[in-house]
Amino acid sequence: MAAIIDIAPAHSSRPRKATSDSLFSRVLIIGTAVGFMGLMFVLPLVVIFQEAFRKGWEGFIEAFDDRATMHAIWLTLKVAAITVPLNTLFGLAAAWCVSRFQFRGKRFLTSLIELPLWVSPVIAGMVYVLLFGAQGLFGPALKEHGIKIIFALPGIVLSTIFVTFTFVARILAPQMEAQGQAEEEAAMTLGANGFQMFWRVTLPKIKWGLLYGIILCNARSMGEFGAVSVVSGHIRNKTNTVPLHIEVLYNEYQFVPAFAVASMLALLALVTLILKTLTTTRRGAA
Amino acid sequence: MKTRISILSAVLLGLTAHAADFELLNVSYDPTRELYTEFNKAFAKHYKETTGKKVSVDQSHGGSGKQARAVIDGLEADVVTLALAGDIDVIGQQAGLIAKDWQKRLPNSSAPYTSTIVFVVRKDNPKNIQDWGDLVKEGVNVITPNPKTSGGARWNYLAAWAYALKKTGSEAKAKEFIAALYKNVPVLDTGARAATTTFAQRGIGDVFLSWENEAWLIQREFPGQTKIIIPSISILAEPTVAVVDKNAEKKGTAEVAKAYLEYLYSPVAQDIIGKNYYRPRNAAAAAKYSARFPKLNLVTIDGDFGGWGKAQKKHFDDGGIFDQIYSGK
Repeated sequence: MAAIIDIAPAHSSRPRKATSDSLFSRVLIIGTAVGFMGLMFVLPLVVIFQEAFRKGWEGFIEAFDDRATMHAIWLTLKVAAITVPLNTLFGLAAAWCVSRFQFRGKRFLTSLIELPLWVSPVIAGMVYVLLFGAQGLFGPALKEHGIKIIFALPGIVLSTIFVTFTFVARILAPQMEAQGQAEEEAAMTLGANGFQMFWRVTLPKIKWGLLYGIILCNARSMGEFGAVSVVSGHIRNKTNTVPLHIEVLYNEYQFVPAFAVASMLALLALVTLILKTLTTTRRGAA
Repeated sequence: MKTRISILSAVLLGLTAHAADFELLNVSYDPTRELYTEFNKAFAKHYKETTGKKVSVDQSHGGSGKQARAVIDGLEADVVTLALAGDIDVIGQQAGLIAKDWQKRLPNSSAPYTSTIVFVVRKDNPKNIQDWGDLVKEGVNVITPNPKTSGGARWNYLAAWAYALKKTGSEAKAKEFIAALYKNVPVLDTGARAATTTFAQRGIGDVFLSWENEAWLIQREFPGQTKIIIPSISILAEPTVAVVDKNAEKKGTAEVAKAYLEYLYSPVAQDIIGKNYYRPRNAAAAAKYSARFPKLNLVTIDGDFGGWGKAQKKHFDDGGIFDQIYSGK
């Protein structure tokens, strides 16, 4: 937001500086950007809430008075509760590894961290079917021991971890690299042990970035559709997460409930946006 | 406040509702959602009354071929209720989960209900679509799902093939007709229900090749916006059901799974079947709902195509006729 205001100073009647654009091009560029945003993001958001409340508050509340819907919400919360802490840990470890150490294949590891961003989520789901499905690589062994991964909670968690792994690591790695390790070294020479150094020196330095990563990771883990769709098996009251359940509702002509549940995810996105803005300003200030 | 309490109780109910003696998983094809929701309730009641045991049935729906694939990959279905016998055969062949003679274990070759393929057009039929021949005309957009993943789509395809073969008398001409038809298809959805929403909700296409039951459902959900057209010839679709032996044995549900499928043939279930726009086998139920099921000229998969094994291989397997005409697009 701030950036847009900066490039459009109020006094445009003065002779313009060589470095600023003409009024025409400014209006054109800003107009296009705002128009595009409105059409592609704001309008759909409005439609979601409009559809959700088409039958008023009563209809909206009624949508949640349904066992399958409540189960989907519960399952999604469970998946996020497992995925987010694990990926925070993995992300921290990965960021630490690539920002603190020099080693062969570091560049490869860095790009591997970004893999989930450019691989289609469907692929993420399929690889787990190929690995852990009944006909997969580990299928017979898993079956022998009665362990269910695909079409059950572990499979959903695994594929969600895959698609959300990147967030914490990707945000922390450049930040930690830029901050350097002088303060950590100072702490060590003053007699801090590894844990004290991390808790008292590193963590305060990266906390806003870390929080930002966690927020994004959480939003994506609750909203993931593609990867989860492949490994879920779509069993109502068992393995349908919120995004999958929205599709089920929509396909069963239950439009108000579908959009009511969808509006929850939209709300989550809005909260994420606000938190993101807050943490970014804090990050900038720190 | 009251609603808040009921939401809370719903959450708790969701967490504690696993108190049943048996849990069955019915993996089914796309349009049977409403049918099995109603049937499951009736079966649970019946089973409780006759055996005193509580049973709860979970449902999973999607394109028939895709669902078969999921069961092969380890989705632990106790019973499968798919769009066509071929998809159940594949589960037996590729994963060995179902005995070879499954189709002989229940009456009517394990097809407790039938259906057929009809056309759904926009109100007032602006493109004047009356029969299969009109589908290949210039500028007609046809909605049908992907025969690779959807059972209904394979019935659509075969009905069109049967029409073309009878009309032209040669397989080469029939192939040309099918190629022309699929040139007019703008989207291939993975399942019948997705195709229904494409046509009815998103408003794409002039004619929708539909399961008869989906066609009626559109009439009910979107009243006054569409019209059903009965073509001169169609196909007798026989969706089949089977116990997934290996899964049921492992879970100790073989008995109840068998009872579940057998109950589909009971008068109560046959009435539910007719009510949900599937054609019942039971004469009384068929008579009761006869007004919505017009008599039409139907070819059969066994009589006209030599069974699913042959039809699948010739038309839908990799390199089959569908691949030839669709990749040549």
